[in-house]
Formats: sequence, C-alpha cells, structure tokens
Amino acid sequence: MDTLVAQLQRQFRDYTISLYHQGFLDDQFTELKKLQDECSPDFVAEVVSLFFEDCEKLIGNMARALDQTGNVDFNLVGSSVHQLKGSSSSVGAKRVKGLCVTFKECCDSQNFEGCVRCLQQVDIEYKSLKAKLQDLFSLEQQIVQAGGRIPQVDI
Amino acid sequence: MSIACELSNPNLKKTKAETIVGNWTSKKILLFRVLCGLVCISLVLWLCLSFYVGSLCICNKDAESSKGVLFRNHNVTRSEIDAMLSLFFDSNQVTSFECRKESNPGMWESYGITCSLSTRLEKDEEAKRHVAELMSSSEASILDNLEENVEKEEDESGHQDVLFYLMNKWHWWFVLCVLVAAHFIFEFHRRKEVSFLQDKQQTQCKRDGKLRKNMLLLCIIAGVSLSVFWFWHTNEKILRQRRETLTNMCEERARVLQDQFNVSMNHVHALSILVSTFHHGKTPSAIDQKTFSEYTERTNFERPLTSGVAYALKVTHSEREKFEKEHGWTIKKMNPEDQTLVHEFDPAPVQDEYAPVIFAQETVSHLVSVDMMSGNEDRENILRARALGKGVLTSPFQLLKSNHLGVILTFAVYNTNLPHDATEEERIQATIGYLGASYDMPSLVEKLLQQLASKQTISVNVYDTTNASSVIKMYGSEVGDMSEEHISSLDFGDPFRKHEMHCRFTQKPPIPWLAIMPPGFALVITFLLGYIFNEAINRIATVEEDIRKVRELKARAEAADVAKSQFLATVSHEIRTPMVGVLGMLKLLMDTDLDAKQMDFAETAHGSGKDLISLINEVLDQAKIESGRLELESVPFDLRFLLDNISSLLSGKAAEKGIELAVYVSSHVPAVIIGDPGRFRQIITNLVGNSIKFTQEKGHIFISVHLTNEVREPFDTEDEILKQRLGSDETCNTLSGYPAVNATGSWRNFRTFQDHISSDKIELLVTVEDTGVGIPFEAQSRIFTPFMQADSSTSRTYGGTGIGLSISKRLVELMQGEIGFVSKPGVGTTFSFTGVFGKDSSVTALELFDQSIHEFQGLKALVIDSRNIRAEVTRYHLQRVGISSIDIASSLGTASTSCASKLVNLDLVLVDKDAWNKEEYVAFSDLLNSGQETYTRPPKILLLATFTTPLELSEIKSSGLVDEVLMKPLRMSVLICCLQETMGDGKKRQIKRKPKNLGSLLRGKHILVVDDTVVNRRVADAVLRKYKALVTCVDSGKAAVAMLKPPHDFDACFMDLQMPEMDGFEATRRVRDLEEEMNKKTDQSRKWHTPILAMTADVIQATNEKCIKCGMDGFVSKPFEEEELYSSVARFFDK
Repeated sequence: MDTLVAQLQRQFRDYTISLYHQGFLDDQFTELKKLQDECSPDFVAEVVSLFFEDCEKLIGNMARALDQTGNVDFNLVGSSVHQLKGSSSSVGAKRVKGLCVTFKECCDSQNFEGCVRCLQQVDIEYKSLKAKLQDLFSLEQQIVQAGGRIPQVDI
Repeated sequence: MSIACELSNPNLKKTKAETIVGNWTSKKILLFRVLCGLVCISLVLWLCLSFYVGSLCICNKDAESSKGVLFRNHNVTRSEIDAMLSLFFDSNQVTSFECRKESNPGMWESYGITCSLSTRLEKDEEAKRHVAELMSSSEASILDNLEENVEKEEDESGHQDVLFYLMNKWHWWFVLCVLVAAHFIFEFHRRKEVSFLQDKQQTQCKRDGKLRKNMLLLCIIAGVSLSVFWFWHTNEKILRQRRETLTNMCEERARVLQDQFNVSMNHVHALSILVSTFHHGKTPSAIDQKTFSEYTERTNFERPLTSGVAYALKVTHSEREKFEKEHGWTIKKMNPEDQTLVHEFDPAPVQDEYAPVIFAQETVSHLVSVDMMSGNEDRENILRARALGKGVLTSPFQLLKSNHLGVILTFAVYNTNLPHDATEEERIQATIGYLGASYDMPSLVEKLLQQLASKQTISVNVYDTTNASSVIKMYGSEVGDMSEEHISSLDFGDPFRKHEMHCRFTQKPPIPWLAIMPPGFALVITFLLGYIFNEAINRIATVEEDIRKVRELKARAEAADVAKSQFLATVSHEIRTPMVGVLGMLKLLMDTDLDAKQMDFAETAHGSGKDLISLINEVLDQAKIESGRLELESVPFDLRFLLDNISSLLSGKAAEKGIELAVYVSSHVPAVIIGDPGRFRQIITNLVGNSIKFTQEKGHIFISVHLTNEVREPFDTEDEILKQRLGSDETCNTLSGYPAVNATGSWRNFRTFQDHISSDKIELLVTVEDTGVGIPFEAQSRIFTPFMQADSSTSRTYGGTGIGLSISKRLVELMQGEIGFVSKPGVGTTFSFTGVFGKDSSVTALELFDQSIHEFQGLKALVIDSRNIRAEVTRYHLQRVGISSIDIASSLGTASTSCASKLVNLDLVLVDKDAWNKEEYVAFSDLLNSGQETYTRPPKILLLATFTTPLELSEIKSSGLVDEVLMKPLRMSVLICCLQETMGDGKKRQIKRKPKNLGSLLRGKHILVVDDTVVNRRVADAVLRKYKALVTCVDSGKAAVAMLKPPHDFDACFMDLQMPEMDGFEATRRVRDLEEEMNKKTDQSRKWHTPILAMTADVIQATNEKCIKCGMDGFVSKPFEEEELYSSVARFFDK
C-alpha cells in the first residue's frame, strides 16, 4: 500500500514539477494551493474549474467577435483578452497569460491575423492545460483514495 | 551629349535602383561629375585663351607689319591706317570672342567649332569689305597694294585659322577622350552598383573610394599631359626664336660680306678703267710698272680685301715677238707647282694668245711677265671676263705665296667704249687687257666678322657652290651645332659663280630651362596634388570605414545599453519579488518565538535584505533614469510631514553614531506643495544617508528648507536660521557647535535661481549640512558620476555603490533644479539642491493632527538652549503644533536673571540637555514657581535630549525634576503625543503600535471586492479571508456603487480597474460623488470616505496618477502580495 502511495506521490511531484518547468504554471498556482485549507478543501479545483469555464466563455466570445469579418470589434476582443489575462494570472496559468499579452498587443494594433492566430493558440493552450490539470487532480484523488497525503511540492 | 544628359539628370536611373542611400550617393556622384565637368571646362578655357592670346599677338604683329608696309610705300595717312587696323583688330577680337563664347555651350558638340570657324570667316569677309569701303576714297594705286596686303593677311589669318582649328580639334579630341573615359568609368561603376545592389551599404564606401581613385588618376593623367604639352609648346617657341635669330644673323653677315665685296669689286673696276684710260688711251702710255705699282700700293686702302692687283695685256702670238722685244723679257708660263720663284718660270709655250702681266702691285710683282693664260683657272676666267664685260670670279684655289684660299676677280679692259648691248664677239675683239685682283677669302670673312657683334655665337662657313657636286669650302670650320644651319646665298656679281654662306651656332642649344621649369613645376605640383589627394582619399576611406565601424559599434552599444537597462530592470524586478518574500518570511520568523541568538540572525538577515532591496531600487532607478522612463508624479504633499518621516527614519542611525539630526522648514514654505514626494524623499534620504555615513561620532546633520526667494534677498529675510547662516562666516555657530562649512558656497554656482517663476510655482532650496569627513578636493569634480565614489578606498571604508548622488542629481534635474555642494575635508560638507514645485492653494493642509493642534493654541513656551540655531529649530517645531508665543533663552541662568518678565504665565519650558544644569535648574524652577503662584497649573518642564541611555532617561524622569523627556529629532507626531501626555489632563494616550502583520490589521474588517472575473474574485476572496477579513464580492462597477452607497459598513474596497460597462475609475468617481452628497447632507463629524484601492495586474503602467485623480486611495497589484497589501492597507487601518 505504502509503496503505491509513495509511487503516486513521486509521480505527483514529478508531474507538478514538469508542469512548472514546461511553463504551464507559475508561483501563483502555488499561492492558490496555500490558500486551500480545511475550510475550503477543494479551493484550487474550484478556482481552476471557474477559470476554465471563464476561458470557454471568453474564447467563445472572442471567436464570435473575430468571426464577423469586415467589422471586427477589437475593443470587445481586447476587453475579453484582458479578462482572460486577469483570470489566468490569478490562477497562475503562465502560458495562457503569456499568450494573452501577445494577443492584447495584436488587438491593440488591430492585427486580425495575429488575433486569430493567438485565439487558436490560446484555445489549444487552455485545453492542454485543462487536460494536464485534470490529470493532476486525478492523481491527487488517487493519492487521497490510497490514503496518502498530498505532498508539498517545492519548486 | 549623353554625358551632358547624365550631368543634368543623374538621378534618373538611380531613383529606381536606389531607395535608401540613393539620394546621398547620387548627390555625391553628381558632385563628382560637376567637378569633372568644371575641370574640363577650365582646361578647355585655358587652352582656348592661350591660343587666342597667341593668335591675337600674331594678328597684332601682322597688322603692325601691314601698317608698316602701307606707311612706307604709300601716302596713306596714319590716322586712316590706324582706323583700318582697329577695324581689323576689332573684327578679330570679336571673332575670337565669338569663337570662345561658342565653345562654352558647345562643350559637348564638336560641330560647334566649325560653326564658330565659319563665323570667323564671315567676319573676315566683312572686315575685308570694310577695308574696301574705307579705301575706295583713296587712290586707286594704293588699293591694289592694299588688296594684296589684305589678301596676304587673310592668307595668314587663314593659316592661323587652320592652325587654330587643328589645335582646337586636337583639344576637342583630348577633352572628348577624357570625357568618354570618365563616362566609361561612371558607367562601369553604375553597372557595378546595380550588380551589387544588395550589399550596397557595405560596399558603398569602397566603391566611393575607387571612384575617387579613378578620378584622381584621370586628373593626374590630365595634369601630366598638360604639362608635357606645355613643355612642348614652350620649347617649340624657344627653338623658333633661336632659328629666327640664326636666320637674322646669317642674313646680316651675308649682306655685309656681299656689300663689302661689291665695293671692293667696284674699286677694281675703277682701276681697270684707269688703266684703259691712262695706259691705252694715251700714247705714249702714262703708266708704267712703277707708276702702277705705286698707285696701286697707295690706293690699297680702298680695296682692303684684295691682296694684290695686276694688269695683263692681251697679246696675240703674232705680236709676241714684238711685245717681248718692247719689254725686254719673254712671256713666261705660270707654274702652278712652284709659284715662288718667278725668274725660274719657263717661257710660255706657243699659244694663240697670251696675257702677260705688265703691271702688278708690289705685293704681286713676281707676276710681271707671267702669262695668265697659261693657268687653267686664269685662262677660263679671262675668257669669261672679256665675253661678259663684267667682273668674274675664279673658283677658290690656293693663292700663290699665302696659303690661303682665294679667288681672283678679273675685269676685261676694252679699247673702245662698248655699248651695253655689245655682242660677245665685239667684246672679245675690243679686249686689250685684263685686270685681275686676288681676294683672300678667309681674311676677307675674318675681317668682316670682326666688325660684327656676337661673332662668337655663330660660326660662319662660306662655300662656292658653282659645281653642286663638289662644293668648295672657302672659309670656316666644321665646328658648332650641326643640327641647325641657315644658308644664305651670296651674290658677288658673277652670275656664273654661286656662293653660299652657312651659319650655325657655335654652341649646342642650351637646355631650355625656361621651357622645362614651369611645366616641371606643374608636373611636380600635379604629382604633389595627386599625392595629397591620394592621401586624402585614403584618409577619407579610412575615416569612412572608421565611421562605419563607429556607427556599428554605436548601434551595438546602444542596443547593449538598452539591453542592459532592460536587463537591469527585469532582473531588479525579478529579484525584488523573491526578496519581498524573503523579507516577509523573515518578519514572520521574527514574530515567532526565537531565542536571542536566532533573533539576532534573523534581524541581520532582514536588515541585509532591506539593504539589498534598496540597492536594487537604486539600480532600477538609475536604469529608469538612463532610459528616460522615469517620470515624476505631481501630487500634493506636506513637506514638513515628509521631512518628519525622513528624520524619524534616519534618526535611529544617526543616534547610533551620536549625530544630532535636525530639520527646519522656513515659515514661507507653504504647507502643501505639489510634486513627487517619493523622489523628493529619495533625494533627501540619499543626502542625509551619505551624511550619516561620513560623519563620525560627533556633530550634526541639519536639513533646512527655504524658498529660493528668501535666499536671493537675504537681507530682507526674517528667518533667523537663514540670517545666522548668511550673516557671518562664523561657521562655529551651528547646531551642535561643531564647525561646519558655510552653506552659501554650495548654491553660489546655481544658475537657476530662477527669477521668473510663475505664480503657481515655488522653488525650494534644501540644504543638508553635516560635520563629516568632507570630500577630498580632487574627488569633488566626479562626485556626481555614477558608481564613482570619492576614491576607491571610500567604498572599502564606508561601503555603498556610489550611485546615490548620481540618482539624486538626475532627480533634481528632473525637478528643474540644481544640486551643488561645498566641502572642506575634515570640517564637513553641505549639499544643497533646488527644485521647482507646484503651489496648491486649494488644499490648505493635509493635517492629520488638526484637532490636536487646536488644543495647543495659545500656549506660551520658553526654550532654553545654548545654541541659537537649535533653539530656532525647536521654535519651528513648536510653531508647527500651534504654539505661537515662544521665547528663547540661552541658558537656565540667563533665563532666571534677565528674562524674568517672560517667565510669567508660562505653560511650557523646553530645556535642552546641553543647557541642563541641576543647580541652575533649581533656582530656575523656584523662580518659575514664584512667578506662577497665582496659577494652579505650574509650567511643564520638558527636557530635550539627543542621545540618552535608558538608564539616564529613567534617572532624569525619576528625579521628578522634569515632566517628560523629548527625544530629538523633534517630530510633529512625537511632539503632539508628548504634549498631549503632559498637558492633557492626566489621561495618557496610548500610542498604538503598528500591527505587525496583516492578520491583525485586517481582522474583522469588512472588505468589498469588485471584479468582473469570477476567478479573480474567488482568489481575492480567499486571500483576504485568510487574513480574517469579512469579504463581500460583487462582479460589476454598478453593483459596487450600489453597495458603497452610504451608509454602509465596509471598511475598504478593492476595485478592479478594467470592467465591462462601468470600469473601476468610473465606479470610484460615482462612489465619491455619493459620499460627498452624503457628507453635505448629514454634516456630521464622521465623514464618509471609504478607502478604495485599485487592483491592477500591470503596476508598471502609469495608472497610479489616474487612480489618485479618480479619488482612489492607492493600488495593489494583482495577484496580492502580502507585503504590498500590508503597506497599502496599513495606511487606512492604522489609526
């Protein structure tokens, strides 16, 4: 039993570190984890799921806005990007945040192609993040189910 | 033509090819072409001019000669001729001018020349017509001559024309060749340019260099050919002159010789007539040998050239015997082999005819009786002479006796006067005798040449050229310059004989220095110029290369600089973030249970971290300033309050070192000024920090602030501090009594004591005086250079990067001020700086202690201090808290003796610790109490102390002599607290200690979080909840406004800035409006002002100002960081 837990814990640790190293996450995610305590045991998962909902919604908005060829409302797209940037930085989704910065620049310069490209990238990025985080959470759950403690990962 | 086209429009092709450097290059090339063109033009002009002048001279000469001819031969009045000449001349001139003028625009067209030439011909025709017209009035006979002359001149001028034309043609070809060559070079370069279009920039310089080199080569070639041509031209002229001289001299000699000979011949002729008259004409003869010899001898002077004369009679064979008998001698035969012995002459053989000499001059008396017919030469001569009736000459032969070459002149003597047209037969018949004279040719020529000047320069040869195949040399030698010879024909009156005179210079022509020197110089100059230009071109090339390199390096350096600044900014920022964490953790660590050792370690670590942070901030500032990104805020702030803060911050350090720190602000300085408090604080902190660092265990640091207006008019000032500072050079009258340098020196060099400051601006002068080690004189010049400390040992001794002053200087400059200092090693340093600030009259005070100040108004205080300035500083602080009537006494003793009247109704007595004296104090307090009898409340005694050990403090306090001990530096808040404690009715107010962490700060506070993003909201909520705050979240500006509509019970609000519909700024504005409305309505003591803090992700963005403008109180960065959150929240919850 213990070996399984230890294995899972090691796996969890490695996976988390890889996420940080690959730049999917940053310190803010660690901060979020710190905020998670007895009062709100699923705080991180909650926030993250909120974030992904938000993402989906915003990306949908932006896709719609960019779909209207001819008169794209860059301000609308810009504000959506800004929101996405805010929420991604709150969650610590580093790559999404970085993309948002580029996206915002494209928006400000009204670069349609750049915007579309960025949107696609953001879409891909957030989906991959989502998958990764789901893996991470499932790992966590496995650890908990196996009766182990979720290890503190120091980056 | 094509070149001309290119010259005029060189950009045509280029514009397509070149876009970036095109303009520049084309300009350069155009310049080169223009230069080339100018050179060519000047060359051609010069040539034209020289030829024009030459032809003009020739024309002139022609004209002169024709004038001479006319004048000599005809009775044409001089004026007429002159008029005509001027006409010629004019026409010539005009023609030449035309020609020249034509050649200018005709640079590129060779047909221009023919054109001009035709013009010239036309003009000549015209001139001729003019002459004809002019001459029609004069005699017809002249006309012919004139015509002839004109024709001659025309011929000549035609010749000139042809020459000119040829020459010009030659020049044109030359110029054309040069231009074509230049054109080809340009074409070549253009093609190259086109082919190397891509890496134009780099090869540009090289190509330019090559172009220039080619140009130079061309110029040098032109120069060399020019000088060669010049040399050739001059040399030709010299040779021509030489030839002319030779001709002239030769002709002169020939004519003289001829004349002499002819004269001599005439004399011989005369002699023959004499003989015919007196010998044959008279019977008996009037002449015999003796007479003849005598006469001839005496008249020899007339014939200086003859060596002797003899007369021979014509005797036929039939008459021979009779003749021989008559004379008594036989006719002898001439013996050419031996002429010396006459008597041995053999008798003449039988002949048809004899010519025996009967009379002879003394010199040739041996010839008497010799038959002249027996000599071949003589016989021929005699026959010819009698046939022609003129003097005839023999060919030269060796004369008898003298070994010179000579000729014999023979005249025939006729017995009758023959008519002119007598036939040969008649002449022969009439012949009766022959007169011969021998001429000694060499001596003849010798004599002649001696008469003429410069006989040395030329050598003369005389030849008999009767027989062309065998020329006989009569005189002269084969010396002299064989290359040049002039031949003049001589006419000695004998048509059968031909003689020639050959003249040549005895010397070879001298080296024509005149022709060599100027072209030589020109050549040398050309080469020198070529060398200089070559050097210049090389230099240009290297310089261009250097410039290119420098540009490259500059670009790289700039890029590196930008990169450095960015790197610094990034790194500093990146370092700051973890450092904040480190510091926060250390703080938390210090809050936990630590033993003394651990505490010490933690504190050290914390201190070091703080130092590091401040250093990073400095570096960041420097980087920002260097990249020009630092912008000053302009917000209203309370200067005095700011200075209080600074002094409290630094007092710890100062106290550690035992330095007294004091702040003084002139009463003229408004309470609230507009500027950048942070930067102002930074400057002062820097300066004071330095002062503390460099001041050792004694003395003081004194910060004073005045308006520059006060300093500018120092004698009107009422400010005591300023008076004392400006009044005398007595530097010992300072805060601590230690000598300091006179502060005036530090601002003496300021340019910007600006006279014209608009009414809403003020200029402050801040001085920071210390009694430190001072700055060495040699280091004073570089004190403001970044990273440069006074010397390298300074950093070892005192630490620091040396960046502070540099930043301060930049900041001061940003504040439109200046910074300066005066320093004396060992005495101290005084820094002063000026800065322009805004004056905000609308805000009277940002006082936090409004209410407290009212309490102290009307109090009466006495300051006892031995140091005047320190007393003034204390007075300033007391005035700040509202105490208006303040007296100053220098010591307790003087206070009790001289100021007794002032002691009445005192509320406060502040005694400096330096003036503290127990004995005096006892007397003083007695006095006080006596004066205070009627009042229930005795004056409070406060002791002002700089450094006091806790032990001492408690001792003083416990002695009960003083009510309270005030620690210097004085601060408003401290003073107020202290006064409240002592003056207040016993109720001691607890000074709240600052909560150590956010937990206690935020505990139980109601906080509204406004953010449209649910994630952010959730995170902020979690963070704040962690600090035990009660959090309410709303998702829009509108909701926030609704929530914050007073009355409400929120203690603070965190507001996102960018939200749909209503953003943070707008929401805040509305909330503030609502609050104001509410405040007006209720008019209660409690004023509604909910602290609203902006939440923003990008702190770098200059949104801060905007936040403040909208009525926000501050901002925190998203995501929250504890330290920052603490520092921004602490302001509002600290009370």
